[in-house]
Amino acid sequence: MSEDQPILQVKEVTKAFGGILALNRISFDVHEGDVLGIIGPNGSGKTTVVNCITGFIKMSSGKVYFRGKDISGKPPHKIADMGVTRTFQIMRPYYSLPAYKNLVIPLFSPRAKRTGGWRGGGKLGDRNTVGIDILEEIGFERDSYVPYKTASTLPTGYLKRLELARCLALKPEVILCDEVFSGLSMSEIASMVPLIERLQMDGITVVMIEHRLRELFRVANRVLVMNFGEKLIEGTPDEVMANEKVKEAYFGSEDVEEVMTHA
Amino acid sequence: MEIIIYGTINSVALALMALGFALVYGISRIPNFAHGALYVITGFITWIFLRALNLNYAFSIVLAIIIAGIIGAFIYQFILIRVRGMSISEIIASYAIGLAILEGFRWGGFKGMTYTLPVFIEGTFFIGDIPVDVHRTLVVIIGAGVVTFLWLFTRYTRLGLALRGMAQDERAALMLGIDSDRMAVVAMAIGSMLSGLAAIVLLPLGNIVVEKGYDVLIQAIAVCIVGGLGSWVGAVLAAFIIGFAQILTVVYLGAHFQMVVALLAIILTLILRPSGLFGRQKELEERV
Amino acid sequence: MEQRRKERLDRGVKVRSDGLYALMSWRELSYLTLPRLVLILGIIVLPFVMPNMYWQRVISIVCIYALLALSFDFLAHFLGLVSLGGAFLIGVGGYISAILNTTFGLSPFVTIPIATIVGAAVCTLLLFPCLPLRGVYFAIVTLMYPLALKRVIEALDLFGGTNGILGVDSFPNSWVEQYFVIAMVLLFLFGTRRLVNTDLGLVFRAVKDNDQAVKASGMSITYYKAIAVFIASGMGCLGGACIVHIFMWSGISLFALDFSIIPIAATVIGGGGTLVGPVLGAFILVPISELLREFGTLRIVFYSLALMAFIVFRSEGIMVYGERKYHQFERWVKV
Repeated sequence: MSEDQPILQVKEVTKAFGGILALNRISFDVHEGDVLGIIGPNGSGKTTVVNCITGFIKMSSGKVYFRGKDISGKPPHKIADMGVTRTFQIMRPYYSLPAYKNLVIPLFSPRAKRTGGWRGGGKLGDRNTVGIDILEEIGFERDSYVPYKTASTLPTGYLKRLELARCLALKPEVILCDEVFSGLSMSEIASMVPLIERLQMDGITVVMIEHRLRELFRVANRVLVMNFGEKLIEGTPDEVMANEKVKEAYFGSEDVEEVMTHA
Repeated sequence: MEIIIYGTINSVALALMALGFALVYGISRIPNFAHGALYVITGFITWIFLRALNLNYAFSIVLAIIIAGIIGAFIYQFILIRVRGMSISEIIASYAIGLAILEGFRWGGFKGMTYTLPVFIEGTFFIGDIPVDVHRTLVVIIGAGVVTFLWLFTRYTRLGLALRGMAQDERAALMLGIDSDRMAVVAMAIGSMLSGLAAIVLLPLGNIVVEKGYDVLIQAIAVCIVGGLGSWVGAVLAAFIIGFAQILTVVYLGAHFQMVVALLAIILTLILRPSGLFGRQKELEERV
Repeated sequence: MEQRRKERLDRGVKVRSDGLYALMSWRELSYLTLPRLVLILGIIVLPFVMPNMYWQRVISIVCIYALLALSFDFLAHFLGLVSLGGAFLIGVGGYISAILNTTFGLSPFVTIPIATIVGAAVCTLLLFPCLPLRGVYFAIVTLMYPLALKRVIEALDLFGGTNGILGVDSFPNSWVEQYFVIAMVLLFLFGTRRLVNTDLGLVFRAVKDNDQAVKASGMSITYYKAIAVFIASGMGCLGGACIVHIFMWSGISLFALDFSIIPIAATVIGGGGTLVGPVLGAFILVPISELLREFGTLRIVFYSLALMAFIVFRSEGIMVYGERKYHQFERWVKV
């Protein structure tokens, strides 16, 4: 049975801001190795789900289980320490530090000390070197000046990668990506997609919030649609695309195929 | 009964002290650490007009409050505007101004017990068998008046609405054609005048001493934090909570503990409810 | 109209003396070490050039303010915690040292280290509830701590109440006193400079930059803030312990405003975030303040005005300015 146990279980999570229900009894499971895409119109509560799971905001009611352990109500750093990490929609690098020093900080954390960083096993080597290694794997050119530049001078594409790299430095089991594709150019997105696929091959479970449906449907094997803080439907990408309710809520009257080609 | 009467008076006094600070912070997000200095300055100016220049009491009060407003506006226009948005610099700069003013007065010889303002109306009356002097009742009346005036002002005048707009979202207000720097000057002037008014109303109850400046600043801050910084409705409510708490400690523990009550109130609030009683979610994020 | 801009270029010697390459020639080596040597030797020589006992005493006081300024700068510019309560640290350290000395008869060289560590622990514990606070809020609360502690001591008549604790032992002689505090300043100055460049120091800066991201990396920000506050309080308490043994007296004047405001002024004038700047600032400001002592509280007016002027018009401070002049050419070029 234990193989079938989902790595992340979200049960009836509700969040109210004042009188407004941002999340209304959301439940879903994520299995190990899945790439779950969460889509929905703006303001449908996607980011709030991520915030609730990772402990950045306290949910009003409901439970979140990670490998069967209750993690609801724990502080964010404890949850991250267990291996559930996240990226931020609005990038939050340490602007005053060089890119590779940005990674020294997660590598300093207790979890990284235990796991030795993304590829590492056991003891962590020199943090600067490990940081540059991770940056290289994620698409920062090692021999160029880029990893040594201050984060505030980096363009959006690199900052998004840096967000992801910061999660990877912890050797996470689950990554929750909050719109990693938004604000990127087509070519940048095209180079990010293989990265996500590689995470999947590494056995990392990924939950992605995304507006770019075409790329999302390429990497995701399950999709969850949200609307007004409620779960509309969950299923494989094909099932979701075929669903009438989704077409109406998310795309209005437009045809899904058409939206996807324009997206 | 005594506790209720004096608790109310103390609370209104606290609210008067805190309103100016709350207003300035609420509108322009500047923690005006020179608040206490403005309080003391108004007291001394009134005293100079009244005693040294022998002007009419009412006239000197009005003049002193206007001067306080002008000083406040000047502080913003020439000093604080340059460090706007850098919160550390704002605190340090305004605190330095306050210190310079207060210690300047102390150096200038304004210390000791010799400086007092007369009460507005002499006399005492009894509620039940507890003596209450007329001036203290006036404090309550004026306090209520100020709160009502502020409420009406921010809801029914163009200027008040503009100030509220800026308090909610400065950038949005800028796009609607509200000049945020000018509004901040206005806010600072009003805040200083409120602080001056508090001084005029409260100082006749005691001496004008420099130490009052620090006391007023600290109590104003305590009230504002407990009430939720920037929310002056919260400030009024918090003034009542702290006011009664202070009177209770004075009655049961001793006068020395007044300041400790203020600090405890702050720490408790910050632990239990970081955004204060009336703080909004946004402020919470900014603070914690 | 002809437009000009200021061009800044690193001196060649700066580029050449980066890292290990400095060992290549004496010129590069001296470029790096000269400023440090001048500072260290200058401070060490100071007690000899002082004309009389009074000014030698001033040197000790300056060093204590320098320690406080260092602690303020460390917290403010590497953790983002602006503490307006330097007097609180001085008071806690001073009282602990005085009590240990008068009650248990321990010598100053035992009480000072104990007061430093115990005092730092006490301060950290008392400040612990405020650690999640940021910016204005932390500043406000720390401003109130010394005042509140002072009132508590007055009210409960603790530790001698308003009279304070008399008869605290002094240092064996004034030379020991001066060189002890000078050694402490140099130790903590270079210690903190080293600390902020380690990985732990990097985490501190990360907490200041972006605490949400630190949380997302699985680290408790409160824990790291507590460590930093412990270090900074240690410096403050050390200063407090020294001052008690210098004046042979401990009382509520340890909570005086001077201890809160001068370190801030020294930091701003010397250049925040450089760690050397605040020490330099203390060496400039405190002697001037001593010269103005006969004017009473006018000196507070003086340094608050200096503080205000610097923060408004020259917020970079002397040290940053000096560093720039030392490392770079500047010239006007046509646009």
